[in-house]
Amino acid sequence: MHKLEDNRAWLLVVPVFALVAFNAVIPLMTVVNYSLQDIFGPGQRVFIGVEWFREVLRDLTIQASFLRQVAFSALVLAIQIPLGIAIALLLPRVGWKSSLAIILIAIPLLVPFNVVGTIWQVYARPDIGFLGRGVNAIGIDYNYTASAVSAWITLLLMDTWHWTPLVILLAFAGLCSIPEPYYQAARIDGASRWAVFRHIELPKLRGVLTIAILLRFMDSFMIYTEPFVVTGGGPGSSTTFLSVRLVNMAVGQFDLGPAAAFSLIYFLVILLFSYVFYTILKMNEGEP
Amino acid sequence: MIDLEWMAWTTPTAIFFAVIAAMLAVMTALQIFWPTVERKGLLPMPTTRGDRLFLSLLLAAFLHLGFVWATDIEAFWQPLALSVAFGVLILRFG
Repeated sequence: MHKLEDNRAWLLVVPVFALVAFNAVIPLMTVVNYSLQDIFGPGQRVFIGVEWFREVLRDLTIQASFLRQVAFSALVLAIQIPLGIAIALLLPRVGWKSSLAIILIAIPLLVPFNVVGTIWQVYARPDIGFLGRGVNAIGIDYNYTASAVSAWITLLLMDTWHWTPLVILLAFAGLCSIPEPYYQAARIDGASRWAVFRHIELPKLRGVLTIAILLRFMDSFMIYTEPFVVTGGGPGSSTTFLSVRLVNMAVGQFDLGPAAAFSLIYFLVILLFSYVFYTILKMNEGEP
Repeated sequence: MIDLEWMAWTTPTAIFFAVIAAMLAVMTALQIFWPTVERKGLLPMPTTRGDRLFLSLLLAAFLHLGFVWATDIEAFWQPLALSVAFGVLILRFG
């Protein structure tokens, strides 16, 4: 009976449950309903079973978008996590220089997504953009509207500029929490800089790095606004990521049934990855 | 009566969500009267009863998607049977 009394605290989260039901569960239920029907208009719909799921799962352009998305997220993680740690290691840990560095580094995080896209769209233009003109001036052929490689490099640079600060801040917070005696012990043992990083800093950063990897993976896997603004999914379909493809399907072509099936599969994939990361995070908690 | 036409309900999806809601209700009742204890079984990580149910449902979703992708069969008895079998295995021994 003791447990029953404790459970009354759950009443405090009822408003949150109600809100989530309203803005997440009910729309999700509607999407499930849509995914099994052919919708012609309000009140005009036909139940067709899992036909849309079959169509989406076998659609080669969606499979290509999925692979593109996985490649993009993998590249984002491979670049931003090491870079974020490296910059965090170089930052001063105390004093006004530390505060100033943190403020400067955090600025890109404050810029709205579509503004980031617009900034980079102009910045990277080969005719008027500082980056685009500069790169072409040194003899490298760079045009993100014509070349898939240029488009990918632009998006990766933009995402790195926008989101590496988050990794830096998390890694910096992790580094600041390492007690000084660890470093003193390492100095007494004559440990090299690499050994200190490998055996003290990196294990102590594991918790924050798991969060950083989780956040960066989720964000990059769901990226929409920036590629939509900068490349619009092109050239060709070289930067048509899953969400760009989904929006084209749902809003461009107004194919509500297939778009609903697509959304559910997308949601399940993200749910799976989130669960895997969450489990890793939880398993790491108990270890030093 | 609230008009739910905009949600485009169908009988199969209504049954699906009713089953999910029933599962949540049963899990809540079990938690109140027989609280779960985190334990380590066949799965690589320690899990609670809720974790194991979530995993079973996620696995069931991907089994069904794989079945839809690989075959043209309309009936779902095969992936459903497989999902229930795995679900029982995970819930009992996971």
